[in-house]
Amino acid sequence: MNIPVESYFILSTLLFFIGVYGFVARKNLISILMSVELILNAANINFVVANRFIFPEQLEGHIYSLFVIAIAAAETAVAISIIINVYRQKKNIDAKSINELKY
Amino acid sequence: MEQLASLAPYVLILPLCMFLILGLFGKKMCPKVSGILGTTVFGIVSVLCYYIAFKYFFSGDYQIGDTFQKVTLFNMEWLRMNQNLVISIGFLLDPLSAIMLIVISTVSLMVHIYSMGYMHGEGGFQRFYAILSLFSFAMLGLVVATNIFQMYIFWELVGVSSFLLISFYYFKHSAVRAAKKAFIVTRFADMFFLIGILILSYYTKTFDFGPLTQVTDGHVEIVNSTMSGVTLLGFPIISIAVFLIFLGGAGKSAMFPLHIWLPDAMEGPTPASALIHAATMVVAGVYLVARLFPIYSFEAPHVLEIIAYIGAFTSIFAAVIACAQTDIKRVLAFSTISQIAYMMVALGVSGYGGVDGLGYTASMWHLFTHAMFKALLFMAAGAIIHAVHSNEMDAMGNLRKKLPITHITFLIACLAIAGIPPFSGFFSKDEILVAAFETNKWVFAVEYFVAGLTAFYMFRLYYRIFWFGEPENGYEHEPHEAPLNMTFPLMFLAAVTVITGISWAFGKFSFTEFISSDYSSYEIHTHWNIALPSIGAGLVGILIATFLYLEKTGRPNKAVSYIKKPYIWAYNKFYIDEIYLYVTNNIIFQRICQPIAWFDRHIIDGFMNLLSWVTNKTSEETKEVQSGYVQQYAWVFIMGVITIVLLSINL
Amino acid sequence: MNILSLFVIIPLVMMAVIFCVNGEKKSLIRTIMSIGGFALLCTSAYLTIQFLELRQIDSTSEFLFTESAMWYERFNIHYSVGVDGISVAMLLLSSIVVITGVFVSYAMEEKVKEYFLWFLMLSIGVYGFFISLDLFTMFLFYEVALIPMYLLIGLWGSGKKEYSAMKLTLMLMGGSAFLMVGIFGIYYNSIPEGSEGTFNIQEIAANVQALKANGGDISWEYIFFPLTFVGFGVLGAMFPFHTWSPDGHASAPTAVSMLHAGVLMKLGGYGCFRVAMYLMPDAAQDLAWIFIILTGISVVYGAFSACVQNDLKYINAYSSVSHCGLVLFALLMMNKTAMTGAILQMVSHGLMTALFFALIGMIYGRTHTRDIREMGGLMKIMPILCVCYVIAGLASLGLPGLSGFVAEMTIFVGAFQHPDLFHRVFVILGCSSIVITAVYILRVVGKILMGPVQDKHHETLTDAVWYEKVAAFGLIAAIAAIGMAPLWLSNMIGGGIENIAKLFTYGL
Repeated sequence: MNIPVESYFILSTLLFFIGVYGFVARKNLISILMSVELILNAANINFVVANRFIFPEQLEGHIYSLFVIAIAAAETAVAISIIINVYRQKKNIDAKSINELKY
Repeated sequence: MEQLASLAPYVLILPLCMFLILGLFGKKMCPKVSGILGTTVFGIVSVLCYYIAFKYFFSGDYQIGDTFQKVTLFNMEWLRMNQNLVISIGFLLDPLSAIMLIVISTVSLMVHIYSMGYMHGEGGFQRFYAILSLFSFAMLGLVVATNIFQMYIFWELVGVSSFLLISFYYFKHSAVRAAKKAFIVTRFADMFFLIGILILSYYTKTFDFGPLTQVTDGHVEIVNSTMSGVTLLGFPIISIAVFLIFLGGAGKSAMFPLHIWLPDAMEGPTPASALIHAATMVVAGVYLVARLFPIYSFEAPHVLEIIAYIGAFTSIFAAVIACAQTDIKRVLAFSTISQIAYMMVALGVSGYGGVDGLGYTASMWHLFTHAMFKALLFMAAGAIIHAVHSNEMDAMGNLRKKLPITHITFLIACLAIAGIPPFSGFFSKDEILVAAFETNKWVFAVEYFVAGLTAFYMFRLYYRIFWFGEPENGYEHEPHEAPLNMTFPLMFLAAVTVITGISWAFGKFSFTEFISSDYSSYEIHTHWNIALPSIGAGLVGILIATFLYLEKTGRPNKAVSYIKKPYIWAYNKFYIDEIYLYVTNNIIFQRICQPIAWFDRHIIDGFMNLLSWVTNKTSEETKEVQSGYVQQYAWVFIMGVITIVLLSINL
Repeated sequence: MNILSLFVIIPLVMMAVIFCVNGEKKSLIRTIMSIGGFALLCTSAYLTIQFLELRQIDSTSEFLFTESAMWYERFNIHYSVGVDGISVAMLLLSSIVVITGVFVSYAMEEKVKEYFLWFLMLSIGVYGFFISLDLFTMFLFYEVALIPMYLLIGLWGSGKKEYSAMKLTLMLMGGSAFLMVGIFGIYYNSIPEGSEGTFNIQEIAANVQALKANGGDISWEYIFFPLTFVGFGVLGAMFPFHTWSPDGHASAPTAVSMLHAGVLMKLGGYGCFRVAMYLMPDAAQDLAWIFIILTGISVVYGAFSACVQNDLKYINAYSSVSHCGLVLFALLMMNKTAMTGAILQMVSHGLMTALFFALIGMIYGRTHTRDIREMGGLMKIMPILCVCYVIAGLASLGLPGLSGFVAEMTIFVGAFQHPDLFHRVFVILGCSSIVITAVYILRVVGKILMGPVQDKHHETLTDAVWYEKVAAFGLIAAIAAIGMAPLWLSNMIGGGIENIAKLFTYGL
């Protein structure tokens, strides 16, 4: 089975833009968080594919994607805790309801 | 010389110290002590003044031939402007200042004594004496000024002491208003004086009277060499300068149209009116012109002519108003304006040197006699007011038996001012008429008429007070003669009036020996061809007054009914005050000050507020961009990235 | 140690001491302030005597008591101090105003400690400014003097205090912005070829003269002179940048008004003179006419505006606009006499306006109103305060024997010596202000001090207490002393003026 490299990139690009769309358009903070994960995963796919196709004998791409996954996990933990706190304060997790940062 | 020089400073220092002592510690003194202290110290000053004047005139040390020399007894640098312009405080002794020393010290001493009785029991007695001392200091400093700026300094000081004395009864609205008016009107005139000084000193590079009055070959050299040929707006600059200086004098001497403050100044205590607003300060303008007379005479003869016309107009104008007033102090005030204008006229028609300078001599002579009898009139008026507690003629009448001393002295002064021989006023007025007759017939005609008018209104005053019949409601208290410390000054001044007149009449004493435009004595005679008609005019005036006011009849009202309109105009002082009031209130305050204040608050400050408003508004508007919505930021960010990417692809 | 540094050190020590004192011990703080203020007064009196003596021996060097220490080498910035006759006069003025300001503040009960700390900070700025010879250090002290104003007015003021404090600070900061550009412009353009730049005023002046003598380019002066002059002119209340003054003074607490109008506004005049005109004489001479028109307007305009105000402090603030306008006006006449008059006017105005504000504060403290329509006949109730007020008024309208006359006459006579007709016409315009001044002063005196008592409640008010008397009499004594014997002061100032006046065509 030989999947051409372009299809990987098409997949990652699609994932990326789905993530972007979700990030910008969704109201729910959890959905936004999920969209961020999509974006990160799109990046991960790129790392892995690039590593596999360009420098097959090296491992940096793979390691980097592992890093991203680890960081994403941490980030998710922080984000979820923030979201829970927001929920406690506002009784909802609507992105529009948290705009105090402008002050 | 040395002796006088060592004495001279005390003439200024003593009154100043008295002012400081009474002003600072007066409250702690008992009134009587402060009065006696002030009077005693001023007595010493008077003695010094007499001594200095006596030495100057009679010792012969100060004369070369029959010409008096100018002596500077001391001159202390007070403020140095630059190499040439120095303001000094000094003591200039010449016939002019010597005669002024006598006038001021005499009248001031008499007022000091008189006030002990008149002001007895008034609140602020010590304050009164303190200000009297300040005034005496300032006035003495003014007449002995060695330079024009010293004169200006003391000029301002007499102005402020006049303000303080007019507002002596500061809890009365009218007094405060009068004081403000007096100060601001004279201040307005002083501004012209200052500008005149500035112009004069700019060209001549000196303030000193020495060079400024030094006559060589029919010119004041320093003025002629620097200022002749310079014109401004078509007028010679020298004329402008000296005319401005004259305006300063006109303000102090209450020449039309700057006379409005003097009648109101009568709100002050009567002794102050006698001293300041009758005898001394108001003649400062005459003194100023006399002091700079060589410049006027040689360098700006046209200005001198204008002075004569202004003087002539003022004298008749004030005399007419005086005929219609009912407040006795105001009658005297207008009479003062008229008489000072007489002196101005005399200067205006005078030439320089010898008999040509008769006007100058007559002016100073009239200044002297007028100071004596007008102070006397005011103090007598004070004694009358003291007795009947009113200024109005209607509250008086038939007082001749009740106030015998006041009556006699008042009569003497009235005769003197009416120009009846042998009282002093006759001679001085006669010389003025002679001088006017020889120079300017129009001015002479006016002055001749004024002489008659003067006799009329003075005797109107006299009859209304001492004859005419008692007021309708009688007197509340029986009027009684004033105590000795008030009557003594009256008698003293009456004696001066009589004695100077008589000694002149018998040729024992001639003013021309002492004072003349070029300081050399000359001979004059009484000109009977002018003197007799002038006596006639005086007598006619007196007769008319006798006819109308000797007894209580319907005649005055009847006479008034013939000239109703002019009478009302004269009674209201030709509405000059109202014009001034209109100008200050409606034009200066409402048309200038208010708009400027509005402009400042709304335009200038408004602009600053506008700036801050614009800043606020801009940030208010632009802060919407910072919405705080994370997704909006992300959207902008992504769009930005895409734009940059697209742009970089294009490039 | 240099005697001049004492002027900065004494207030610093006082600040440190007061900082350690418990804020509740108000009388202790007041005592410390009085002692310190007195020490400052003595120092400046001693300095004056020393200066006059030293001048007799050393009449050539421009500044005496000089000292210099590097504190920022990268830009060659020094802490360098030195005085000439002008600075000595200003230091004396500041000391008198500071000590009387302390006495006037005796009645202050609220946050006394903090109040005096900021008060001292303000005085450090003022003193530092007058002794500095280094442009940058001078500017630093200038800013140090300005900032405390915001807090002093904003916290201890009255009326629309937040608005006024903000307005005053912003406008003065706007001025400083111009000033800073001006100062750096001077710094960079005056660097002679092949050597490093300097902030020392004397050296810059010499460099500029050398530059001009060598035919170098001095066109930069025409950009930086207006900037510097306007920058200082804002503080000197030059039309049309004066509007902070009425609001600021009206809201400020008494002693701050005194210090601000009495001394801080003088920083403006002093700076215009010492920095703008001294360092850029050519531009000053060519561009003077613009500023003569503006300051000429200030003089008359301020006086006319004062005529119709009803708030005592507004009247005095507008009067300050008029008088300070005269200071700048006289400086721009650019000859020795007029400039001497300008400095005399600064001293005289500083003293009499401080006296005015002090008295207004005292009257306000009793009647609780500053509206002249609501007062009348106070002379009967509080004679001492009112007599002092009359004296202040007379000084303001230029009565001989008090300081105002000396200053104004020196200005008018000096300015009138200018050979150009334009200048002389403006002098005559300026002369008219003496009449308008009389109008508004007498309006106030006649309305609130004289006449019948207007408000029955006022009849029970008391007269001045001891510390108020000390403040008022001290200022009056200074005013009278200058007014009666002006020669020494005028000569002392004149000595300092000469160095600057000689740069101008008609200077000497």
